[in-house]
Amino acid sequence: MGTAFCIAALLTLLGGVGSMCFRNLVHCAFALAVSFVGLAACYLLLGAEFVGFAQVLVYVGAVAILIVIAMLLTRNIESKHEPLVAGGWVMGVCVAVLASGSLILCVVNSSVVQGPVSARPTMSTRALGEQLMGDYVMALEGIGLLLTASLIGAVVIALREKEER
Amino acid sequence: MTTGLDQIFVALKHWVVSLCPTGWQSIVSMVISAGAILGVFASLFGLTTLLERKGLGRIQNRPGPNRVGPFGLLQPLADGLKMLTKEDIVPRSADQLIHFLAPVTMVVPVVLAYAVLPLGRNMEAVDFDAGLLFFFAAGAATEMAVFMAGWSSRNKYALLGAMRAIAQMVSYEVPMILSSITVVMFVGSMSLVQIVESQSGYHWGWLARWHAFTPWGFAGLVLFVVSATAEANRSPFDIPEGESEIIAGHLIEYSGFKYALFFLGEYLGLFSLSALGITLFLGGWHAPVVWLEWVPSYAWFFGKLLGFIAFFIWVRGTLPRLRTDQLMNFAWKFMLPLVLINLGTAALWWYTGSWVFMGAAVWRWLICAAMVVVPYAVLGRVMFERRHLGPRTYRYAS
Repeated sequence: MGTAFCIAALLTLLGGVGSMCFRNLVHCAFALAVSFVGLAACYLLLGAEFVGFAQVLVYVGAVAILIVIAMLLTRNIESKHEPLVAGGWVMGVCVAVLASGSLILCVVNSSVVQGPVSARPTMSTRALGEQLMGDYVMALEGIGLLLTASLIGAVVIALREKEER
Repeated sequence: MTTGLDQIFVALKHWVVSLCPTGWQSIVSMVISAGAILGVFASLFGLTTLLERKGLGRIQNRPGPNRVGPFGLLQPLADGLKMLTKEDIVPRSADQLIHFLAPVTMVVPVVLAYAVLPLGRNMEAVDFDAGLLFFFAAGAATEMAVFMAGWSSRNKYALLGAMRAIAQMVSYEVPMILSSITVVMFVGSMSLVQIVESQSGYHWGWLARWHAFTPWGFAGLVLFVVSATAEANRSPFDIPEGESEIIAGHLIEYSGFKYALFFLGEYLGLFSLSALGITLFLGGWHAPVVWLEWVPSYAWFFGKLLGFIAFFIWVRGTLPRLRTDQLMNFAWKFMLPLVLINLGTAALWWYTGSWVFMGAAVWRWLICAAMVVVPYAVLGRVMFERRHLGPRTYRYAS
């Protein structure tokens, strides 16, 4: 468990660092995909089979491909002369420290961490599906609506460009 | 005797594992399963290259390879040696690391996907609760591999070919996943082992209870096979390669064994998709009729798989290829509506299972069959009539 977690965590972190540090944008996208896979491995180690597989299917199979294709549609993806660290990095670091700090504080102070360590719940995929379609159906539908709205928005933006030509 | 022959490989594995010290048993068991999958399917790949060349040759009225060994049986070996000894050329401006990693990324996830497929009774490497999702998740990584190959070659044909291939794979993944969801809905489990078990038993005491023998199952099987053909880049959907347009597509800058690895990945993907189709709709390792049950389960599975391979070779030898726009129209305007309607059909079939009145089974069959056939006929007719036939105009070449 320890070694496996170390490998998965290292993969996630190195992927994340790589996606920020490579000069070539496509390399960044590949590093991001590696980080997604590492995260999926973490989920699997936690016993969340469904979430882990869905992570690979959705993020590596769809989101990473989407990012890569969007990248190829933009110009100047391989500019080697721009500085690696953008101008407003001080503000960036401040925001990052604030955001991650508040998140860490929340997690550490939450009742889940402070309470007694409960046994790892065994969640079958079937039970997960029943929960999603029963108790959390409104949240699921809401997210679906949000995605549909953004999809329609994307189509509308694309359409307007065509009319101008 | 029958069960002995049926379980011979399982028993063999247990015997080998029991010889090992206790601490090593789980690892040895895993290694044996992985080694068996790799060995069997890699040799099936070799055999298929020969069968495909032979079959295509017969369709074109010529004998096919018949010089190397008896009936040309050693041809795959000769091909492999040729591929191994070929010079491995990497373009100078290529992205060396990613160019090297792409073939590996192509093959590894495809091999991983075999882990959840039940190849016979008690013959699966792992039984995940979300096995079907694992299969598709593993398959999703091949798109990344195609992009890596196309982009890292630093060749515009390779990049365009990769874009084409990705567009095709993404489009056909949707009908493929949706058509397999019907089975998940009906069985109530994503474990492939349980899906196979749900197809045990016999109608009227002799005909197997395969999902393909129901209206939604039959439609699902057809839709699944069509999208699997496209997903595996097989003819008539093999447009990522095109000699007159983009040459070899994303494979253009690959030579020697890396090229062979891409080929291996493509064929293994085809086998795994066929195996999934068999598992979902054609009863997995179950016999089709009750009096053929004495044949070992793995023989049934591989028999069906070889049948699928023969079908794909036959299709490749007879059907002309599609154009990219036709392919996309077919996926989004024809396959997707049919697949969505088929989901409804499966749901109706599930709820009408409890009908009890005179001729309930017949009505159930008729309604569900109409739900499959009518949209197919209407959509097909509409799309056929909207087709613009006439002299082709070449916008950029006239």
